[in-house]
Amino acid sequence: MWGLPLFPPQASTLAPQVDALFFFLVGVSVFFSLLIAGLIVYFAIKYHRRSEDEVTEAVHEPVALELTWTVVPLGLAMVMYVWGASVFFTAVRPPRDALDVYVVGKQWMWKFQHTDGQREINDLHVPLGRSVRLTMTSEDVIHSFFVPAFRVKQDVLPGRYTTTWFNATKAGTYHLFCAEYCGTVHSGMIGHVIVMEPTEYESWLGTGAIGGSLASAGEKLFQDLGCSTCHTGQANARGPNLQGLFGRSVTLEGGSSLVADESYIRESVLEPRAKIVAGYLPIMPTYQGLVTEEQLVTLVAYLKSLARPSS
Amino acid sequence: MADHAAAVAHQFDDAEQQREAATLGMWIFLATEVMLFGGMLTAYTVYRFLYARGFAEGSRQLDLWLGSINTVVLITSSLTMAIGVHGAQVGRRRLLVTSLLLTILLGVTFLSIKGVEYAHKFEEGLVPGVDFTYTGPEAPHVALFILLYFMLTGVHALHMVIGIGAVSVVAYLGWRGRFGPAYHTPVELVGLYWHFVDIVWIFLLPLLYLLRH
Amino acid sequence: MTSPAVTLAPVPQEHYLNVDYGVRSWLLTTDHKRVGLLYLIGITGAFFLGGFFAVLIRLELLTPQGDLVQAETYNKLFTMHGVIMVFFFLIPSIPAVLGNFMLPLMIGARDVAFPRLNLLSWYLYMAGAIFVSTVVVTGGVDTGWTFYTPYSTMSSTSHVIPTALGIFIVGFSSILTGLNFIVTIHRMRAPGLTWFRLPLFVWSLYATSLIQVLGTPVLSIVILLLGVERLLHVGIFDPALGGDPVLFQHLFWFYSHPAVYIMILPGMGVISELVTCFARKNIFGYRFVAFSSLGIAVLGFLVWGHHMFVAGQSVYAAMVFSLLSYLVAIPSAIKVFNWTATLHRGSISYQTPMLYVFGFIGLFTIGGLTGLFLACIGLDIHVTDTYFVVAHFHYIMVGGMVMAYLGGIHYWWPKITGRLYPEGISKLAALTIFLGFNLTFFPQFILGYLGMPRRYHVYPDEFQVLNVMSTAGASILGIGYLLPMIYLVWSLWYGEVAGPNPWRATGLEWQTPSPPPRDNFTTTPIVTTGPYEYSRPRGEHG
Repeated sequence: MWGLPLFPPQASTLAPQVDALFFFLVGVSVFFSLLIAGLIVYFAIKYHRRSEDEVTEAVHEPVALELTWTVVPLGLAMVMYVWGASVFFTAVRPPRDALDVYVVGKQWMWKFQHTDGQREINDLHVPLGRSVRLTMTSEDVIHSFFVPAFRVKQDVLPGRYTTTWFNATKAGTYHLFCAEYCGTVHSGMIGHVIVMEPTEYESWLGTGAIGGSLASAGEKLFQDLGCSTCHTGQANARGPNLQGLFGRSVTLEGGSSLVADESYIRESVLEPRAKIVAGYLPIMPTYQGLVTEEQLVTLVAYLKSLARPSS
Repeated sequence: MADHAAAVAHQFDDAEQQREAATLGMWIFLATEVMLFGGMLTAYTVYRFLYARGFAEGSRQLDLWLGSINTVVLITSSLTMAIGVHGAQVGRRRLLVTSLLLTILLGVTFLSIKGVEYAHKFEEGLVPGVDFTYTGPEAPHVALFILLYFMLTGVHALHMVIGIGAVSVVAYLGWRGRFGPAYHTPVELVGLYWHFVDIVWIFLLPLLYLLRH
Repeated sequence: MTSPAVTLAPVPQEHYLNVDYGVRSWLLTTDHKRVGLLYLIGITGAFFLGGFFAVLIRLELLTPQGDLVQAETYNKLFTMHGVIMVFFFLIPSIPAVLGNFMLPLMIGARDVAFPRLNLLSWYLYMAGAIFVSTVVVTGGVDTGWTFYTPYSTMSSTSHVIPTALGIFIVGFSSILTGLNFIVTIHRMRAPGLTWFRLPLFVWSLYATSLIQVLGTPVLSIVILLLGVERLLHVGIFDPALGGDPVLFQHLFWFYSHPAVYIMILPGMGVISELVTCFARKNIFGYRFVAFSSLGIAVLGFLVWGHHMFVAGQSVYAAMVFSLLSYLVAIPSAIKVFNWTATLHRGSISYQTPMLYVFGFIGLFTIGGLTGLFLACIGLDIHVTDTYFVVAHFHYIMVGGMVMAYLGGIHYWWPKITGRLYPEGISKLAALTIFLGFNLTFFPQFILGYLGMPRRYHVYPDEFQVLNVMSTAGASILGIGYLLPMIYLVWSLWYGEVAGPNPWRATGLEWQTPSPPPRDNFTTTPIVTTGPYEYSRPRGEHG
């Protein structure tokens, strides 16, 4: 309307859900704002002081009224809470079959790595209608990955992975912003998410992956860094068998256990002594300073690609 | 020796109101101190859980003997402080002044031993950010531990210095015959502060020195 | 207590302003009223300095490009705007100016419990202000008022440590004022002044003081840790050195969320005073309003994680903080309903303080309701770190607190100065402020939902129209704020002489001359009734 946008495009499966919640809150807010404003105007006019000697009469203050206007807002608030929490659960739980894209943020650009090796800077191409899961980290300070059209935002932290996901529902080009102040060019750390029809996306994929897929790059790095000398996969190897590790439960020294995910793999490479697998010695050297975040992503992709051991 | 009732400040109606206000004020101030140390202890505790091994190793770099001696020194100083308060309450000026001087002496002893500990850290190259030569796989977490050790005990030591100053002032006024059964509020309140600083140390000792395995 | 008729009594012979002359009598004063005025000077200076930075920000945002100032300068502008407005204007404002002046008067005391500590609080405020002012003139700081690590400790090349030091020092000013007020309220009430006869402004100052006293020390520690990390390059919060940047956020917001309640509770207290006086009616639901202040103070300590829903904390933490954030909204809603109900069957005057009441209730309602959007985790993902948040907190802090502050200044101006402000132009100023405010900040809700992030120096072209509207509003708002500066100063010489009780208000502060004598009351008042006995009891006539 006259080039004045008032509402962002709805371009993801999450967007309509967030917008429905938004409109509910807008409705409640408009109702109460008009109610209070209306009452104030009405009372101010109706009870305008008519003479200096006017005296008011004390009113009865029913506790029932106080309780009503405590309980009713509380009830509305609980509706907002539960509804908001359910949308939140959707927003933070990527579907299992999501396409993986790895994101490294740094002052002041976004670097993307697709699993088949495509690398992009600031502009991210994704297919329409498929869930895309972003695994993200920062090389320096805290950033935040924000695509208003998808209603998606997640802080990107140095030293760990954070994840978010979306399923784009409308082809087009959408704003990508950094949403956590990160220094001088914070407002220049922007780009686009370009949503393509599936066939277009396929042909785009074919155009530029130099150096093979992420997993194959990771496999090469695995050899080059000497990981395979200890992680041989044999029974008495110095390091645990990594075949099929990803997604498996791992028992640690001390009895606790966890499910191996991207963060576990990253931490094990950079801080191997943080979590020792039960039955193994703490002898793995650290690769801190020897691998970049982008190289770590290739290792993660490689390990993810290792099938479960046949037994 | 007669003690004079406190001069009642103009905003108060009587001495009792003045005393009650001062006491409440001191308790609230101590509550702020709980939050102050609590904030730092929260950060310490979070990292203690995250980096248990490194923190245990860092704890082993501290001198448990000196820490224990200091604990005895500080607890004894609380005893002498309490005796001093009692002396003020019953009007025994010599007991009051002697006890407070002993408290000061013990406080200075505590700080001296702390100074020795700090000096050792400098000699051993265990001062993060300034001179840290410790190596080993846990070194970064040891550095964090020792940094938090310096900050916790440093802020505590600063409170000790202020406390010694306050006790000195009260000791001087006590020597001048200011306190007795009718008026001894400053002695009580300084005593409260002193005991609080002691209690903080009781928390610091096990958290810093004793969790070394 | 009966309300005396308005008299044009001459200004009393001797009062707190003329009992003593000379710079020393001010800089060494232990009179809470003079301390309040000393703060007024500092607060006003801070407001206009912070406001100047806001003007520059809004001018830059007239165009999508960064054509007024460089990016680094812009980052310093919004940082210093935030630091100055939060720590040197809003947090002290009502407590240190109106609270200091009115609290002892309202409880029938001669002064606060610790007058010299009160003066020390002011010196600490000024010391902190000097540090920050020095930073302003020597190159500024660009971390955002939130100082997130590792940017603030490892990346920023601006004057972080002097700023941190200034905030550290002013924090102690806040703690000591809170301590002073708590002891004063507990121990120095006049005979017969029980807790439930206290004016609601006193209840709000009490709740605010609790937060100041318990929350600020945590800020002190986190600033200390920040400074140590930056100075010594050690890894407390920097992950490259083994630290956790999210831990910084937890520690920072543990104070800074309760701090926002420091920045609204006193305003709510003022509104309770104004609405009763200018509707000439007892407050509806006194106990509910009183306890809601305490409820906000307590619950306010439990919700800090709602600033961190997308920061990387666990889903379960987010759930808990969202629930608690909804709970903390309820006491504020209760207050709004009770204020509105107070108007029912009132005798409502349209004098300027009442205009500020109307503005406050409307704007605070909108601001508070938009807080519900932010507490809603599914929705917050989209709007956090956008202009939606900026609009929300400005509705509360400017539409709410600043309007309450101005309302209080106008209401108590006759008591403080012995003069009345000019009613005509003050109404115009109030209206200008209301209209300018809405034009400035309402478009920002839309900008936020559209996706314009905070702290952006340049922005996509399609956001320009809304930004231009916002800047236009800011110009009007600026004029609105300048007017009181001018006419309030004018009134010191040419304003009508006020007399002890120009508003025919209840309240002990109106039972003494305007301006009050040095020790407030010639004899200590004895209280036998509640604070707002305006109305004729039900059933009585004539």
